[in-house]
Amino acid sequence: MNGILNLFVSIVQSPAMLVGLLAVLGLILQKKKATEVIQGGIKTFVGFLVLTGGAGILSNALTPFAKMFKFALHVQGVVPSNEAVVAIALVKYGSVTALIMLVGMIVNILLARFTKFKYIFLTGQAMLYVSCLAAVILVSAGMGSGWQTILLGGLFEGTLLTVTPALCQPFMRKITGGDTVAMGHTGNIGYAIAGWCGKLFGNSKHSTEDIEFPKALGFLRDSTVSITLLMGIVYIVLAIVAGPHFVETKLSAGTNYIIYAFIQAGTFAAGFAVVLQGVRLILAEIVPAFQGIAMKLVPNSKPALDVPIIFPYAPNAVLLGFFVSFLVGTISMFIMVGMHTTVIIPGVVGHFFCGAAAAIYGNAFGGRRGAVIGSAVNGLLISWLPLYILPVLGDLKMAASTFADTDYLIPGILLGKLGSFGSVALTCGIIGFTVVVILVSVLMKSPKQAENK
Amino acid sequence: MKFEALCQSGLGSSFMVQMNIQNLLKQENVKEDIQVDHSDIGSATPDQADYFFLDPTLETSAGNLPKDRLIILNSLVDPNELKEKVNAILDKEGIEHS
Repeated sequence: MNGILNLFVSIVQSPAMLVGLLAVLGLILQKKKATEVIQGGIKTFVGFLVLTGGAGILSNALTPFAKMFKFALHVQGVVPSNEAVVAIALVKYGSVTALIMLVGMIVNILLARFTKFKYIFLTGQAMLYVSCLAAVILVSAGMGSGWQTILLGGLFEGTLLTVTPALCQPFMRKITGGDTVAMGHTGNIGYAIAGWCGKLFGNSKHSTEDIEFPKALGFLRDSTVSITLLMGIVYIVLAIVAGPHFVETKLSAGTNYIIYAFIQAGTFAAGFAVVLQGVRLILAEIVPAFQGIAMKLVPNSKPALDVPIIFPYAPNAVLLGFFVSFLVGTISMFIMVGMHTTVIIPGVVGHFFCGAAAAIYGNAFGGRRGAVIGSAVNGLLISWLPLYILPVLGDLKMAASTFADTDYLIPGILLGKLGSFGSVALTCGIIGFTVVVILVSVLMKSPKQAENK
Repeated sequence: MKFEALCQSGLGSSFMVQMNIQNLLKQENVKEDIQVDHSDIGSATPDQADYFFLDPTLETSAGNLPKDRLIILNSLVDPNELKEKVNAILDKEGIEHS
């Protein structure tokens, strides 16, 4: 009996096995052939191990970064990167995260089925990362890793991902010229703020798309290239400030300090690429299963999709937003160095996606001035808020990477602050959040577009 | 025959395009085995697939991929455009579909 119990506990505690089994469950629910079930289960299982491997590579590259930073500037340096922090966190919180994600999917389907928020959130990696954020904060607040954390975490994740697309929908109608798709990304709060700023302070007469914009920056869309270049600059500057003596005696075992720094930057990009591959394998079976089931159970649902779906609508705003956001991030970094706080290095991936999207939202009602203001405001949020989320992330506080987008930062900080008042406050807060969403839906008029159809 | 959808990280939008293509092939009653996958633009190589699907803003990052096998989708969410472009490939390759 004990042996069986141990077997069961061991499966639940090994996230790789657990996600593999979740994929098998999804495939069986879709009545797939036995070979497809086995194939899908194994790929998901191995995918988690690929991700863990990537986390190892990333940690190896971040350790010397943290040491050089500490030695050179005497404070902690942090590069916000969702992929990096989640990969590192999943090594410890993998099982809780997987189960929170499962509960979150059910919550999303139930809310979409029974409230006026008809959004089915289909961006798999965002579901995984928000689940991980919830797991880290709840466990760090002392909720343990049992069923309470799984249910509350799932309720939080599912509710958040059902309502954030609603914030963006007024702007999505303007951007895409229709009402068939919604925004399913983790910068939605920032995008909505950018959209409102554009509306208030912008001028819709001059769209970003009327300017001739140099396309030369386009090659930075290749993440391997842009991460290596940017991290290369950061690592090399750090190595120079820390000095050849420190690097070559303490870290590189004699290798030239500049070369060593550049190789570490490349290693970070390599780890990032491996993590992406792992995430892709983990989600390959789970997302189609979720989509199939959700679309069947929720009539006239609206799919909330990943952020690049809006990029083709305003290609100039994409580059302008990245540039403005990154500039704001860089200026913020120098101010932090001056203030001797923890220093947030502008992460190229976060500023790209969130800056680009914020500019498109700002442009929607506010033209180019709206785009600049929108991406600058969003840039300020993602540059400064990481300082406030670090303290609520428990043992991840000292990691050299953290969450990057507004929908991790703002709800995460609020959840973490609640956690400091104990588990009763957390439980009430999360349940209260869901209740408020349901009440808003009851009081809300039916969205106009439903009548027009 | 293999199709590959590409986006910047190869996580969300390319995966969605992949699922849309798979559904479309089913609708079109394509009997031939066509594999559909997704990836990030940075790690895509010419030998990975016969055709690559991407949005126009990524074209400058796809320098290492053969131009005649790039399928540019001006909208990632327009089913008609996808249908038109996929059917054009099927016709060109002589693959039966309805």
